[in-house]
Amino acid sequence: MAQLSSNLLYTAFVLYLVSIVFFSGAIKAKSADGTKIAPSRSAKIGILITIIGFIAQVGYFITRWIAAGHAPVSNLFEFTTFFGMALVGAFIVIYFIYQTPLLGLFTLPIAVLIIAYASMFPREISPLIPALQSDWLHIHVTTAALGQAVLSISFAAALIYLVKVIDQTKSDKKTFWLEVIMYTLISTLGFIIVSTAFSMANYESTFNYIDKNNAEDQIEFAMPAIVGPNEGELQSEGSFQPLIEMPAIINAKKLNTLIWSLGSGLLLYGLLRLIFRKRVSAMLQPLVKNISADLVDEISYRSVLIGFPIFTLGALIFAMIWAQIAWTRFWGWDPKEVWALITFLFYAAFLHLRLSKGWHGERSAWLAVIGFAIMMFNLIAVNLVIAGLHSYAGS
Amino acid sequence: MKKRRTVIRTVILLVLGGAVAYTLYANLTKDNIQKVEIGKMAPDFVLVDREGEQQRLSDYRGEGVFLNFWATWCKPCEREFPYMETQYQRYKDQGVHVLAVNVSESDVAVDKFIERHNLTFPVVIDKDGQVQTAYGINPLPITFLVNPDGEVIKSHTGELTEDKIQEYMELIKP
Amino acid sequence: MNEVKCECGHVNPHGTILCESCGRILDDKEKDKQLLDMRYEGSARRSQTYNKTIIDKIWNFFSSVKVGVWLIVLTLGASALGTILPQEMYIPPVMPASEYYEDQYGWVGKLYYELGLHNMYGSWWYLILIASIGVSLVICSLDRVVPLYRALKTQRVSRHEGYLKRQRLFGISDTADADMDLEKIKQKLKAKRYNIREENGNLLAEKGRFSRWGPYVNHVGLIIFLVGGMLRFVPGMYVDQILWVREGETKVIPGTDGQYYLTNNDFILEIYDKETDDEVFDAAIDRVGTVVKNYQTNATLYQKKGNTIPGEKPELEKIKDKEIRVNEPLKIDGFALYQVDYKRDELNKMLFRLENKQTKESYGNITIDLFDPQTEFDLGNGYYVEVMSYFPDFEFDGEGDPTTKSRIPNNPAFVFNMVTPENPDGEVSFVAIQQTIEPLGDNEYKMAFNGVETKDVSALTVRKDLTLWIISLGGAIFMIGVIQGAYWNHRRLWIRKMDGQIWTAGHTNKNWHGLKRELESVFDETGLPAPKDQLSEDKKE
Repeated sequence: MAQLSSNLLYTAFVLYLVSIVFFSGAIKAKSADGTKIAPSRSAKIGILITIIGFIAQVGYFITRWIAAGHAPVSNLFEFTTFFGMALVGAFIVIYFIYQTPLLGLFTLPIAVLIIAYASMFPREISPLIPALQSDWLHIHVTTAALGQAVLSISFAAALIYLVKVIDQTKSDKKTFWLEVIMYTLISTLGFIIVSTAFSMANYESTFNYIDKNNAEDQIEFAMPAIVGPNEGELQSEGSFQPLIEMPAIINAKKLNTLIWSLGSGLLLYGLLRLIFRKRVSAMLQPLVKNISADLVDEISYRSVLIGFPIFTLGALIFAMIWAQIAWTRFWGWDPKEVWALITFLFYAAFLHLRLSKGWHGERSAWLAVIGFAIMMFNLIAVNLVIAGLHSYAGS
Repeated sequence: MKKRRTVIRTVILLVLGGAVAYTLYANLTKDNIQKVEIGKMAPDFVLVDREGEQQRLSDYRGEGVFLNFWATWCKPCEREFPYMETQYQRYKDQGVHVLAVNVSESDVAVDKFIERHNLTFPVVIDKDGQVQTAYGINPLPITFLVNPDGEVIKSHTGELTEDKIQEYMELIKP
Repeated sequence: MNEVKCECGHVNPHGTILCESCGRILDDKEKDKQLLDMRYEGSARRSQTYNKTIIDKIWNFFSSVKVGVWLIVLTLGASALGTILPQEMYIPPVMPASEYYEDQYGWVGKLYYELGLHNMYGSWWYLILIASIGVSLVICSLDRVVPLYRALKTQRVSRHEGYLKRQRLFGISDTADADMDLEKIKQKLKAKRYNIREENGNLLAEKGRFSRWGPYVNHVGLIIFLVGGMLRFVPGMYVDQILWVREGETKVIPGTDGQYYLTNNDFILEIYDKETDDEVFDAAIDRVGTVVKNYQTNATLYQKKGNTIPGEKPELEKIKDKEIRVNEPLKIDGFALYQVDYKRDELNKMLFRLENKQTKESYGNITIDLFDPQTEFDLGNGYYVEVMSYFPDFEFDGEGDPTTKSRIPNNPAFVFNMVTPENPDGEVSFVAIQQTIEPLGDNEYKMAFNGVETKDVSALTVRKDLTLWIISLGGAIFMIGVIQGAYWNHRRLWIRKMDGQIWTAGHTNKNWHGLKRELESVFDETGLPAPKDQLSEDKKE
């Protein structure tokens, strides 16, 4: 069952990749005359493959649930995979409302990146610790993830909007920050490529080091150590000697992974710039020229409107109910709780600015980007860097 | 019309401001909330002292009670005990009693302690913690001053000097 | 002077931009715009029209959405600051917070502590931020919901032409048979559940007006939620206590005024086992090591019968047995007891053997209850052991005297006097774990260690929270309001006959795409075109 489950996930992953190709075909096939055309054949195939992929991933989810005996949302791999699945699900729904293949071209790569990122974490089925043994596990986590997924669609739409409207003929703050977004996405890809490469090469180096409590400890690096741990002594032969040693308070392993990701991202990004001789967003701009800016702005806003109540219900209300049962209090200022509150407050501010202050279009799009950044921070940094009750085994 | 609006606004703002002020006040003072309120009746209890006598707080009505919670491992408690003993000798004929409640220690530990310090006032052991719970005891030592009417007139957390003890005993003299 | 009379005869409050009744533009600035600003229906938000007394100034400050958004952003930023380092309540109790932060995080930690960020969410300024959001919620809502209600209630079917042509969806068309077209449109609108009002042959179709109240409903929910949070500070509303109870022990439950008692019959800690648990977990167990499966206290709950005072032996009546686990608290009378912590294998009894050091011969065993040791043990035949002193948590104090750190037997030590036929006055021996001191010279006998008995201690949080139902009510109302405002929208269509032409205008508070599609299907197969989106036409040019 567990084997079947991972095969289904793999299938879904490949199908999503294939559908991206069809969605990009749908853009090229489009006539230049305006906003309302029936979806092309290519788009229809794209959405069909996406749906099949989604069904395969739902299959993964169900079979893994059966195999584990609990909803597969209990560790970082499972949660992130589910988030990716919810993102695809949300995209399918939005696609049928607005009929925009272009949204697929932006959403699916993000979903693929997220699923690939998820699989960089330990993938085995883990037993539930006592605090997680509750039906609220799947009620709370799935609703929260679904809410975040719908909110992420607003990011994808906002990205289309920004690529479309930002003037690429000059170089200013806006083009710079748009490139930062592109670079961040590329760095995620870099992280995936680098981790996969080193794990396929079975790279491992072990260090003895002194931790921040002055105790001796051992740590294994899965990537060559550019930065090494405090007073680290390399134990494995033939491994790379660290260039710089970190003080004990900094987690050298995580910093090293970050350096590799950003470095490989920089390399990829640099290559793209060298080959195409223009900004990545400028490269993408022709793809979006046929879409109505108003429509993507509305998709972005609509996604926030749909996602905000789901997110509030899942990440705050259900979370509070469960926290009252498992942790004796509905609110305890745990970092993850606080970041859910921050996300909530941010989108509340987004809605107020839009409704009452008239922040439409570009401003609203930048806000959607920040909102997504907050959610990703909550997913990645809060789990891996800021320790708390929610920390999953994902070192 | 305009006047009415000002009145409504004033009332709403006062209500909101009051609620906020109360919350702030309550939040900032929540740490010093004592289980036993000053001026209220001291919760009654009955425990057996080391001589085998029942010591019931309400039996001392009409006399002052210097009620001290302590433990053998608590250094400040140990330091204030000799002072309590000498002041007890001075005031016991003037209607001021000392009642020392030990917090759930073993008989042997308490007896050795009494022996070592030659204590003559009644010492009781709150074995199952009921009295500590009723008084909300946390840090030691803590002393409650119970007046002849059975009301707590003061509580003091931490070590006492001999002068302070004398001053307190004066307070509860009938 | 305070009121504005519109040409249509309706009297509007001062500051009104669009006549509540006919929609005529009352504010000259608005006339230059191509599209109307339809927020709050152009009604007079009271805050913006009065600015006289200090009361009005405070009111206007909190009534501003801009201020509200700033408060949200400030709270958001502050909340983020508090997650940089763990809050005081989450640090291990190894040392005081004043030392811990500097010790663990260096100067950053020191700064964090000194700025008070280690206990930020309980600080006065964070509370003021949250409270200001609450005040802003009340005032913003009051200031908007009243005029909006008035405007929507007073709106007339026939709207002024200036109002119609400044709507985002607008169209003018000529038609031969206006009445027949209108009839068709009316039927279709009805099928789409529009409410239709007619006046002088003009038409107003409207649906989903209730979604306009969504924001105010959710604000009411939030206010109730905050009130619930505030009530927590009222004495008696909230109990947060911890109860440590050993196996076999019965203790009064703190916070219940001595009414309830709890016995810990057994504490159970289970871990996942590769042999007995599902083999799909094997890989994870191999990687992580041990994974806990269950923390459980088998408890019996008692209620006190009659009125005893503390210290008296209470008469207890059994209420129920309950297996308290994480996620499965014991609930009684508004209280809940949660499994939160434990201490395994606390020393409970120590066993010794009186032994002749040379012959190794034993002259009897004694068992010492570490919580209340017996002091005299008669082993018969003239052998006798006396416990002269007992230190449950032994250490040497500054002067080198033995002393105890607490009453918990973490490191028990004893002074024994061993009376034997050879030594009728006894030999004194100081015995601690892995340590024996014979202060009065070499002894013939010793107390040989003969084993221990241990017990587990379970920690339960005792919680009462009478604010929960208010918090839940607030949360529920908030969700209803958010859903009401987000998943429905207020759509209106005006149709007005003007000199043989038909003017159509449409408005929605959100989801224009949805309205456009709906109107297209409504106008389809009638002789009239659907109103056009003036905004997207702009863009194309």
